[in-house]
Amino acid sequence: MGNQTESIAKQGGRLVICLRPITLGLWIGFVGTLFAGQLAAQGKLSDLSKTAQARVVKIYGAGGLAGLEAYQSGFLVSPEGHVATSWSYVLDVDPIVVLDDGRRFESKIVGFEPALELAVLKIEASELPFFTVNKQSGIQWGDPVLAVSNLFGIAAGNEPASVMQGTVASITDLDARRGTYKTPYRGQVLILDLIANNPGAAGGALVDAQGELVGMLGKELRDAATGVWLNYAIPSDALRGAIGDIIAGRKSSVVDTSKPMLDRGKSHSPKSLGLVLIPDVLEATPAYVDDVLADSAAMRAGIRPDDLVLLVDGRRVENQRSLRELMRRIDRRDEVEITVQRDTEIVPLMLRP
Amino acid sequence: MKLTLCRRFALAFAATCVCFASIAPAQPPAPLKIDPILQAAEDARIAAIDRARPSAVSVYVPGGGGGGSGVLISPDGFALTNFHVSSPAGVYMRCSLADGNVYDAVLVGIDPVGDLAMIRLLGRDDFPFARLADSRRAQAGDWCMVIGNPFLLASNLQPTVTWGILSGVGRYQYPSGTLLEYADCLQTDASINPGNSGGPIYNDQGDLLGIVGRASFEKRGRVNVGVGYAISIHQAKNFLGYLRSGRVVDHATLGATVTTEENNGVSVSNILESSDAYRRGLRYGAEILEIDGRSVQTANDVQNVLGTLPSQWRVKMSFRDQGVRTDTLVRLRSVHRKDELLQKMSAALPPPPPREQEKKEEDEKEPGDGKLPNLEDLKKLKDKILQKPKKKKYPKEIEKQLVLREGYGNYHFNLAEQDHFIAALRGQFPGGKADVLPTWHIEGETTEATPRPVSIQIESGNMALKVGDEVFGYKTKADLYEAIDRETIAGILPVLDAWRRMSAQGPKKFGESYYLGTMPLLGERPLRDCMIATDGELEVRWLSHPKTHLVEAVEVFADRDRDPAELLVVRKSDEKGQQPIELKLLFGTQAKLSFTVSSWETKLNQSPNREDAS
Repeated sequence: MGNQTESIAKQGGRLVICLRPITLGLWIGFVGTLFAGQLAAQGKLSDLSKTAQARVVKIYGAGGLAGLEAYQSGFLVSPEGHVATSWSYVLDVDPIVVLDDGRRFESKIVGFEPALELAVLKIEASELPFFTVNKQSGIQWGDPVLAVSNLFGIAAGNEPASVMQGTVASITDLDARRGTYKTPYRGQVLILDLIANNPGAAGGALVDAQGELVGMLGKELRDAATGVWLNYAIPSDALRGAIGDIIAGRKSSVVDTSKPMLDRGKSHSPKSLGLVLIPDVLEATPAYVDDVLADSAAMRAGIRPDDLVLLVDGRRVENQRSLRELMRRIDRRDEVEITVQRDTEIVPLMLRP
Repeated sequence: MKLTLCRRFALAFAATCVCFASIAPAQPPAPLKIDPILQAAEDARIAAIDRARPSAVSVYVPGGGGGGSGVLISPDGFALTNFHVSSPAGVYMRCSLADGNVYDAVLVGIDPVGDLAMIRLLGRDDFPFARLADSRRAQAGDWCMVIGNPFLLASNLQPTVTWGILSGVGRYQYPSGTLLEYADCLQTDASINPGNSGGPIYNDQGDLLGIVGRASFEKRGRVNVGVGYAISIHQAKNFLGYLRSGRVVDHATLGATVTTEENNGVSVSNILESSDAYRRGLRYGAEILEIDGRSVQTANDVQNVLGTLPSQWRVKMSFRDQGVRTDTLVRLRSVHRKDELLQKMSAALPPPPPREQEKKEEDEKEPGDGKLPNLEDLKKLKDKILQKPKKKKYPKEIEKQLVLREGYGNYHFNLAEQDHFIAALRGQFPGGKADVLPTWHIEGETTEATPRPVSIQIESGNMALKVGDEVFGYKTKADLYEAIDRETIAGILPVLDAWRRMSAQGPKKFGESYYLGTMPLLGERPLRDCMIATDGELEVRWLSHPKTHLVEAVEVFADRDRDPAELLVVRKSDEKGQQPIELKLLFGTQAKLSFTVSSWETKLNQSPNREDAS
C-alpha cells in the first residue's frame, strides 16, 4: 500500500489534504477486489458459500418472549454431529438443530465453557460435513471472510442459513473487564467490517477465502458508553481446546452417573459448603447465591451473594435441583471446584471443606 | 510564444513534482502493479456498474413528500418500483436518472400484495433500460449490487451504488395482513436503506435480478444491518403484463390449504369444492409434487411458489393421490374478493403527502398541531384518505396519459391495450369491421378415427352445430348459457358467437371489458395477452400471442365455479389472413370436439344495432 500512497502524493500538492480519505477508499476497494481475486483463483464464491452453509446449523430453543429470540446459530465440528454454538438462554431447553438440507434433530448439550461463551451440542447423526477447528487459523486483519448464520431467523424453512461477506478489520482484545462490553469473554476477538452480529447470528461460522473456519460469531454486544454495536467473532484457535476437550469427553458437563449417589450425611450439599441459595420456588430455579455462611468453605473461597453457580467440578448446573444432585455424588471430605458467574466475569473457585 | 508558455508550465509542474519527490523516497517508485486477476475483477466490476447505472431511477414525490428508487425496463419509459413508494405519490411523481435529467412519471399499475408498482417516465422513447436476469439461477454467495436513492441522497441526481453478495435465495417474508408479502425473495448484504425501496438489485454482470423493497430493521434503528430483501425479477416478470394493464392486481391462491408431512412431503389439509384444483381431482390428503414446474416439499415451498403468481393464472400442477400421479392444469383463484383488495389498500395507504401548490381548505384543520388529534380529526383524516381522488392539476403530459377509475392505478393504459386488442382482432382472420356484425359459416370434419362432417352456423338468433348425426340449434342467450353449463360440444357456439360479436362491437360496446394482463396458455409460456369481456352472465377471455397478436384460445365461463368452454385455435402459420386449420373445444382438460377446418365463410351483412339475440 505504501507505493500507492506515494503515487498519489506525486500528483500534486493540493491532494495532500485529502490524501488520507483517498488512501482509505483505495484500501477498501482493494480489499473487496482481493476477495474476488482470491476467489477467481479458487472457484466461485457461491461454491464456497454452499460448502460453508452445509456446515452451519440453525438452532431453536428457549425464548420468544420479551425481545429474546428463540433461535441462534451453530456449526458442525465432528462428522458424528457435534455442534459448537454460543452459550445462551436459547439452550435453557434441549434445543432443536436443523441442518442446511432441512433435516431436524433433537440435541443434547454435552459441554460448555462459560468463559468462552461456548457450548457443544450433539445430535444423533453420522457422516456429516464439518469444520476442522484449527490450532492456528492464520487469519489477519484485511483478510476477506464469509459469515454464515441464522440471523433474524430468516431461513425459517428447510433452507440453508444466510451468508454475508466482509473483512477482518482488526484482531484485538475486547475491552470487557471494565464493563464496556457485557461479556465474560476475555480473549482476543476478530473485529469485522461486516454487520455480522445480529439477533440469532450468535454461534454462526466465520470462514476465510479457503473455506476454513476462522471464528465463531459472538452474541450481540453493545458499547455501554457509545451505544455502538460491535461486530466480532471469537477466533477458532481460542475455541479449539475447549471444543476438543468436550468432544473427546475430557470435559463434560453431563452428570457422571457412574459415580454413586452418597448418603446425605456423607455427601456435600450447598449447606455443608456454606451456600444459601435463593428460595427454590420455580421448576428450574437458577442457582443464585443469596447468602454465604460465616466461616464456611464458601466464605473462605470468596463466593459472594448474587454469584450464579454455573459448574460444579466441571459439570453443568442447570438449576438448584441439579446442583443438589451433583453434590450428592461428592464425598463430604473432598474439595469442590465451583465456577460462578459474577456480573460479566467467570470466576473458578476451589472450596475446601 | 505559445510554445514558451507551455514550456514554462511544464517546468513549473516538474518543479512541483521535484518538491514532492523530496518527501517521497529519492527514487521515483515504479507504477503500482496490481495482480492481473485483481485488475480483471476490478475492471469487470466497474463495467457492470457502468452498464447498470443508467437504468436506475430515483423517485421523488412532488412537493417533498418523500421518495424512493425504481428501475427502467423498457425504452419507452416503463419502470418498476415498490407499491409502498408509489402509493404516497399517488399518480404523479418526478424521477431522475444518472444522466442528470429529471422526468415526469405517471402511475401505470399496482400490485399491493407483491409490493410492486409500474410507472412510466415520460419525454423519451430511447430510455436506457435494464436487461432482465434469470433470478431463478441466482444463488447464495453470488456478487450483486444495489443502485438507488438511499436516504434520498441523489439530490445531485447521481444514484448510490452498494455492493455485496446474495445471502440467501428463496426466502419468505411474511405480509402485513395480506399485503406486502415477499415470497421467494432474494436476501442480500449489500447496503439497503430507506430510500432504496423500489430500486434495482443487479447481478455482477449488471443484469436486473430483482426489486429491492425491504430490510430487517430492529433495535438498531432504520438503517442497514446487512439484511435486505428484493422481490425476484422472476416474480416481477410474471406480473409485468398485469401491471401494464393499469389495474390494481391481485395474487393467486390454490383454494386449498396444505401442511408439511413428517417425511417432508406436502399434503392437502383442506380444499374448497368450488376450486379448479378440486375439479382437476385434488383431494384432501393428496401429496402436491409440483406447481408451475417447480417441485415443492413443504408448505413453505407451496406458498413461495403461489406468492409469486398472479390471480387467475392457469398453471401446471402435479400431485399424487392414493399412489396415482396426476399431471394437470389448475386455474388459480384470487387471494382477495373483488372489493376487498381496494378496501385493504386504501386502509394501508399513508395519508397523502403535503403539496406545496395545494391550498388548505378553510374548514379543514390539520390534525397534529402539537395536540393529540381528537376523534373528529381522525374521522376527517380517514374520510380524506378514503375519499375518491379529487381532480388535481397535473402537468399536461401527465394528464394526457392519465384516466382515473376505481380498481385501476391508471385506466389510460388499459384503454390503450384494449385498442391494441381490437385492432389486432379485426386485423386477423376471420377479421371484422366496426359495427358490422358478420355471419359465420364453418365447415370441416372431426379428427376422430372415422371422421364425421362438422358444420357450424353463427348468426344472430340462429346458431347451429352439426356433427355427423348430432344436431344442435340455439336461438337465445339462455340457450348459449345452457350449452356451456351442460358441457356439451355445443359449447363451441357461444364461444364463436362472442368472438364474432367482439370483432364487430369492440370492447366498449360488447359489455364490461378490460385487458387483464398476460398469462400462460395451457400452462405454457410465452405469456399470452388476455382480454376479458362480460356479456350478461357469460364471461369471455381471449388469449393472444404476445408477438403475432393472433388469438390462440377463447374461453367462455357460464359460472365462475365451473369449467369454461375453451376453444383452441390452431393455425398453420403466423400469417394474419390465414384461416385456422383446426379448432378444439375443451371443458377442463378434456377435449370434447376437435375438427379440421376446411372452410370459414364470413358475410358482412348486418348492423349490430339490429341484433337482438335474447
